[in-house]
Amino acid sequence: MDWTAINPILLLASLMVAATPIILASVGELIVERAGVLNLGVEGMMITGAVCGFIVAVNTGSPVLGFIGAAIGGAILSLLFGFLTQFLLSNQVATGLALTLFGLGLSALMGQSYIGIKAPDFPDWHIPLLGDIPAIGPIVFQHDPMVYVGLLLVLAVWAFLKYSRAGLILRAVGENHEAAHALGYHVVRVRMLAIMFGGACAGLGGAYLSLVRVPQWTEGMTAGAGWIALAIVVFASWKPLRLLLGAYLFGGVTVLQLNLQAAGMAIPVEYLSMSPYLATIAVLVIMRAGRAPGSLGQSFHASR
Amino acid sequence: MNQPLLALSGLTKAYPGVVANKDVSFEIAPGEVHALLGENGAGKSTLVKTIYGLVKPDSGTMTLNGAPYAPAEPRAARASGVAMVFQHFSLFDAMNVAENIALGMENPPPQREIAERVRAVSDQYGLPLDPSRIVGELSAGERQRVEIIRCLLQDPKLLIMDEPTSVLTPQEVDILFKTLRKLSAEGTAILYISHKLEEIRALCENATVLRLGQVVGTCDPRETSARDMAELMVGSALLVPERAARPTGETVLSLQGLSAKAPHRFGTALHDITIEVQKGEVLGIGGVAGNGQDELVAALSGEMRTIKGMVNYQGQSISHLGPNARRKLGLLTAPEERMGHAAAPDMSLTENAVLTATTRQKLANKGFVNWRKARSFAEDVISTFDVRTPGPQNTARSLSGGNLQKFVIGREIMQTPDVLVVNQPTWGVDASAAASIRQALLDLAAKGTAVICISQDLDELMEISDRFAALNEGRLSAPRPAQGLTVEEIGLMLGGAHDMEVAHVDV
Amino acid sequence: MIMLEKRAQPSRVWTLAAPIFAVLLTMICGGLLFAALGKDPFETIRTIFFDPLFSEFAWFYRPQLLIKGAPLVLIAIGLSFGFRAGIWNIGAEGQYIVGAICGAAVGLAFYPTESIFVFPLMIVAGVLGGTLWALIPGILKVKFDTNEILVSLMLVYVAEQLLASMALGALRNPDGMGFPGSRNLAKYDSATSWISENVGMHWGVVVALIAVIFAYVTLSRHLFGFNVRLAGQSPRAARFAGVNPSTLVLICMGISGGLAGAAGLFEVAGPAGQISIDFNVGYGFTAIIVAFLGRLHPIGILLAAGLMALTYIGGEIAQSNLGLPGAAIQLMQGMLLFFLLMVDVLTNYRVRFGKGAIA
Repeated sequence: MDWTAINPILLLASLMVAATPIILASVGELIVERAGVLNLGVEGMMITGAVCGFIVAVNTGSPVLGFIGAAIGGAILSLLFGFLTQFLLSNQVATGLALTLFGLGLSALMGQSYIGIKAPDFPDWHIPLLGDIPAIGPIVFQHDPMVYVGLLLVLAVWAFLKYSRAGLILRAVGENHEAAHALGYHVVRVRMLAIMFGGACAGLGGAYLSLVRVPQWTEGMTAGAGWIALAIVVFASWKPLRLLLGAYLFGGVTVLQLNLQAAGMAIPVEYLSMSPYLATIAVLVIMRAGRAPGSLGQSFHASR
Repeated sequence: MNQPLLALSGLTKAYPGVVANKDVSFEIAPGEVHALLGENGAGKSTLVKTIYGLVKPDSGTMTLNGAPYAPAEPRAARASGVAMVFQHFSLFDAMNVAENIALGMENPPPQREIAERVRAVSDQYGLPLDPSRIVGELSAGERQRVEIIRCLLQDPKLLIMDEPTSVLTPQEVDILFKTLRKLSAEGTAILYISHKLEEIRALCENATVLRLGQVVGTCDPRETSARDMAELMVGSALLVPERAARPTGETVLSLQGLSAKAPHRFGTALHDITIEVQKGEVLGIGGVAGNGQDELVAALSGEMRTIKGMVNYQGQSISHLGPNARRKLGLLTAPEERMGHAAAPDMSLTENAVLTATTRQKLANKGFVNWRKARSFAEDVISTFDVRTPGPQNTARSLSGGNLQKFVIGREIMQTPDVLVVNQPTWGVDASAAASIRQALLDLAAKGTAVICISQDLDELMEISDRFAALNEGRLSAPRPAQGLTVEEIGLMLGGAHDMEVAHVDV
Repeated sequence: MIMLEKRAQPSRVWTLAAPIFAVLLTMICGGLLFAALGKDPFETIRTIFFDPLFSEFAWFYRPQLLIKGAPLVLIAIGLSFGFRAGIWNIGAEGQYIVGAICGAAVGLAFYPTESIFVFPLMIVAGVLGGTLWALIPGILKVKFDTNEILVSLMLVYVAEQLLASMALGALRNPDGMGFPGSRNLAKYDSATSWISENVGMHWGVVVALIAVIFAYVTLSRHLFGFNVRLAGQSPRAARFAGVNPSTLVLICMGISGGLAGAAGLFEVAGPAGQISIDFNVGYGFTAIIVAFLGRLHPIGILLAAGLMALTYIGGEIAQSNLGLPGAAIQLMQGMLLFFLLMVDVLTNYRVRFGKGAIA
């Protein structure tokens, strides 16, 4: 085992990259769950976003358009979920699962002819001055733009929930949809918007994998990232800033075990690969989540 | 010229099977504190929902300041200056006071300004409230203040309050009354719904009494005795039971210092309940909903386990036993919520029979359900208790409220219990069905069963009880023999102004 | 304005008709999909749904139905108990894998001894492995109230890594010339689950049918089945009836884990033959679709599993004969579940046209 093969600066830098798709997907799901809806289809929306983003990027040569395409793709797919759960009152767990299975199949189909193709380049930014600081510079200030988009998104969501009227209404709907309805707020409308936002974010997260992290298209390439994102939302107790912590934790474990593998650690590769998932379970158990939004998972049917 | 603020004329509203309001007319003057009296089911809720725009009357008119008033929805009512504080609050527990208030307003000012206005209003009216506190952590009285302040910030001309003091401690009642008097002095009229006679006498200058949907009288509470008002509410034909004291047997169930923490945030803790129930007696327990009835029934049914020695059956502690073990011994219960608790709404009546009767009626052999036997038992219940339904294969949900209640109570009675606990046995049930249920309970007691009847219905408790006790904030008063208990004493016991210690903050 | 009004009683007509309707809708949409891919829709639908049963080569395909259907039935039956009670075991795939590993390990430990006790012991090991893997999320839920969906799912990924580790390490065939994968259990007489390879009959098929019968009897006639149904519909009434929610969670997770583990064992000792890195083909997830499609009812599950197996086999035929991409079949299966959920609303709600405020 060669410890010198592990460069701590590279490690921390790659941690931020590894965490980004999770951050993107989970911040979207956080909004959805704060509105009272449990969407288990994150994996399906992510992978659909991955393939949509890849296709658009390859065909237009622009990764930025690719990300936009991914967001749109994810949002459209989420509409299916929204329609079924909000208008047809279907069981949220089953519908979310259906979305995942459907998304996996759809993306595999769409991505058929794109296997093995390379995505257009998405170069890192090198932020002047800040990026030149030794150690911290490479870790924080030399990433591709999407890393920063992810962080900004978390900040924006935090501010939205805390300070804006729309955020207040969203929280109210998720907390007690009966009371929100009694006070005259459009529960279904709020939830549909939240669901679409969640879909768009998941799409972005998936596209990050296919356009930046890997960067290629392979069937099933999200490998459970969507489920991790769901777990991170619970771990974060539905608070945006804690979400960052969870994502970095998961990203950290992922990246660490890869590095340990590469450095020839004595533990078999497979057990190292298990560690992120075991860590997620441990985290779910230890950090017993705070109070969930009061109406989470319940169907809303306006009577009378 | 004294133009009334609100005038109701001939309001009528019927629902399938029941006339909620019939030809209701009265007036409220500006700044007047007007009480709306009546028992549960008298039609008070429907009436105020009509005034607030949640319900459209079938006939009749309303005027506000002389102009026609027919709000299409609560928003319109609020815009006209009518505000309402409901009995069940529309609050968001995870958010703070300022946010809750902002959510209740049409065009709220920015958060900071709300916090200031809240402080100003709460100081002005003596309703201390900190805008930054989380609503979920507030006491019931404080939560009510949030609702009130939400209304006050919209400058109402008429404030409707629905049973406001059912969740308040005596000190909080005083604070509330000071506030209401101040509002009244400033010209805001108050429509105060309650059945707590002493409070109405202390606060209100005018009262309209409803019974069975109709106005049966008006009076000035300051000059009317509680007894007279109670008689108007209940109807002068208050039968004090004629039967001679029934010979009762030995103690079959005894509660010793039964105390329990509130099972969830909005539950009620039980405090030191001690009472002995004898074979063949009917013990009536009265009290406004929300004072621990559900928790008491759960402690008796076995859904809530308690400390050894708190619940004793024939001398042995059963505090640790679950529902089926208690059924085997002969202790049966019928909870208040018939859809979802006493019965599973989407299951057939036969399946609902299996729900509780399996143990005593031997409906299962080594775990295998004898569906034929279950069906036949369900059919027996249906025919004996005149449950109107095509058959036992129908779901519980398909039955009307009254019929389902007959089934649920009948199911327990037909298992020949030694002790039967019923919670609100005739709530929402038509008169004839209610009468037959009460008769069945009396017959059961005559055969030697101990019956505990928890109810808000005074009529019913007086009709069937041998002894009577009041449940208030989780505490049970000492039981008194029902015979000879005057209406005034009963009303006072229910209102909580009897010789009980002042409720203190629970453990 | 279209409104939904809850029915007093779930419509019996729609309870039966909804799955059929969903299948028809899937066929139509699937046909459109195939047309978009440049294939003749009618021919493709016929290839997928009818050829395996009725074409000239059906004698070859019909046994495949049993082979592909058996694990789906076994797993879905196990899942149906939990789902009915509102306990969501999504990690059946992981329990399937662990069951296979445990069962195969026992079998391989006995090699080359021939004895009639080997196979039964393997079954026990398989069931035990799956059960324990499922009890992890079960116990965590009971003790810490952790979400069983997420934990059971995480354990799928863990199980897959475990499988790779076993295939490459502990269970690797010493005579395998360095290739990954265990000894072939299908060739080891005492350990194989095959009864008749030609007809596609293996012990998994037999046990699957037994499971269907057991499940039917339990759900319709036994108090436990009644309690499961009750807990899923009305948790408060279930507590009133004396059901202990924690016990229910553990039993349901245990049942689904055990059956999934058994399915894994039968698969690895028969049709798959050996522990290899990717012997699992997603039955654990497809079984979820089967469970819902079969309305969580044993007979329904039997039929639904048959239908899914049909689409798998027909899909393979379409892949080789018509050049249809494999992903299209996966998509169609997801579509089926979606359509079922959509049509299901009519079972519990009536559609009304009229005025009313929508939330």
